[in-house]
Amino acid sequence: MKIKTEKSTVAFNAIGYTIITLLTLACLLPFLLIVSGSFTAETEIIAEGFKLIPDQISLDAYKAVFSNPAQIVNAYKVTIGLTVVGTLAGLFLTSMAGYVLSRKHFKYRNGLSFFIYFTTLFSGGLIPWYILIVKYLGWKDSYLALLIPSMIGAWNIILMKNFMKSIPDSITESAKIDGAGDFTIYWKLVLPLSTPGLATIGLFLALSYWNDWFLANLFITSENKYPLQFLLYRILASAAVLKTNVAGNLSPDFKPPAETLKMATAVVVTGPIVFLYPFVQRYFVKGLTIGAVKG
Amino acid sequence: MRHFWLELRKNKVLFLMILPTLLFFAVFAYFPMVGVYYAFTSYSFEGGLFGSEFIGLKNFEFLFESGVLWNLTKNTILYNLAFIFIGNILQLICAIFLSELPGKWFKKTTQSVMFLPFFVSFVLVGAFVFNLFSVNNGVVNTMLEQLGLPPYDFYLHTAPWKYIIVFFQVWKGLGYGTVIYLAAIMSISDEYHEAAKIDGANIFQRVRYIVLPMLVPTFILLILLALGGILKGQFDLFYQIIGNNGMLFESTDIIDTYVYRSLAVNFDIGMGTAAGLYQSVFGFILVVTVNAIIRKTREDYALF
Repeated sequence: MKIKTEKSTVAFNAIGYTIITLLTLACLLPFLLIVSGSFTAETEIIAEGFKLIPDQISLDAYKAVFSNPAQIVNAYKVTIGLTVVGTLAGLFLTSMAGYVLSRKHFKYRNGLSFFIYFTTLFSGGLIPWYILIVKYLGWKDSYLALLIPSMIGAWNIILMKNFMKSIPDSITESAKIDGAGDFTIYWKLVLPLSTPGLATIGLFLALSYWNDWFLANLFITSENKYPLQFLLYRILASAAVLKTNVAGNLSPDFKPPAETLKMATAVVVTGPIVFLYPFVQRYFVKGLTIGAVKG
Repeated sequence: MRHFWLELRKNKVLFLMILPTLLFFAVFAYFPMVGVYYAFTSYSFEGGLFGSEFIGLKNFEFLFESGVLWNLTKNTILYNLAFIFIGNILQLICAIFLSELPGKWFKKTTQSVMFLPFFVSFVLVGAFVFNLFSVNNGVVNTMLEQLGLPPYDFYLHTAPWKYIIVFFQVWKGLGYGTVIYLAAIMSISDEYHEAAKIDGANIFQRVRYIVLPMLVPTFILLILLALGGILKGQFDLFYQIIGNNGMLFESTDIIDTYVYRSLAVNFDIGMGTAAGLYQSVFGFILVVTVNAIIRKTREDYALF
């Protein structure tokens, strides 16, 4: 009897390990291809094409990227600036709105909740929104167009509101009796108790700023205002050229990196996320399951 | 009105705290709703919102009669159905195995790797596609050459792109969805498993008769919620993979990419707004319907 159950468990585990391993490899493979592409010599790409494992390891593409890193450094500055300012401002506004809507004594909380929620159900569409920003706000080629439109999200406010609702009333009531105002209660009591919710929403915001290329694609025209992902997009599409200090005609069998340069740029632009996310992931998973219990 | 002023004075601080958010939605969500009027005009930039020529339903008539709208709707819905069902089923399978397999290190590592795609931008997906399928030096063609086969020009054929698009969408959401299902599995009480073990049930039987039935409500709920957004496209995904490659549009053009091109490539504001309005109106009807269904079956999970 005991042997029988073990057999089925062994079979189950074998199937499980196989499926999970295959899916994990499928998730990982594209990354490996980019990395290996970035370490291949340009001549090898031209002669044979991209491979999973290059014949020879070459650092030419990275040398070229770092020979004149001004463009990438600048894009890093733009992206870091937008991510920090956008995430902090977004968290502040989202948590304040969530706090107000979670106050039971606030008479208009249902009406205002609906005012915010309705925007997830119906929208005017991309084009009226675009015309608003370009024609009526005049934000073409302005950082404001990258910063403001993704700062507040209806779902984030709803998540925050539900999170703050779960904080026991007794905590805020006693502060109220002691004469604390609404903002003081929010800032000193509710906010510190909401850190898991803040961490989740902060991550969502930071990711959307860090990975944005869409807003830049619509609104940004000057190259010195390109955020990271948009710079990568332009380089991949060969619409922009990464400026390097590599001379073209050193020797007949030397090719300045072009295809491999694209891959190296992708690595340089994505690298920080790949190294940071294992640390971030834990908080993220925690926050996600909190939100999933009741969205 | 008197009540409003009283309330405003009483809760001055609360109003001030939510004011920036309300302004944000008024400007970025409600003001553009007025702009759906463009859908009924032949838009001119100088004319703007109310100076452009009013042409009634002509834009809609064109979209409908040319067959464009039907093709866009079909593509959008079919892609979303593939994303939803393939995605959810794979996430469910991963969650079941990850919850039952032994080996802490293995599970931790694989789960982390599966979550990685969620964190990277869609531009990187564009880089993968370039690396894999580029005609002159993509990995796939390198491999075909090594096998002595002729190269395959992906950009001349529409067939493979459907699978490429679905692959990368599922790829990006796998880790995220698995976490949701894992949370649902973790909430199943151990007592069921213990009782089944005593009765001699093997692991397949326990998955089949305990885990799966317990996950069905979550599965249906997630599917229903996703069906509510079935007319909304994944613009980032399609644009980074297909771009403005007109050869491939017939089977890869969705409403969102069409609207984007109307704006950025063809400058056909009226037509694009019309397609966007069609998407919004039917999307609205869908969500309300889905919500009514959820409200009937599992009221506590209804959206509104």
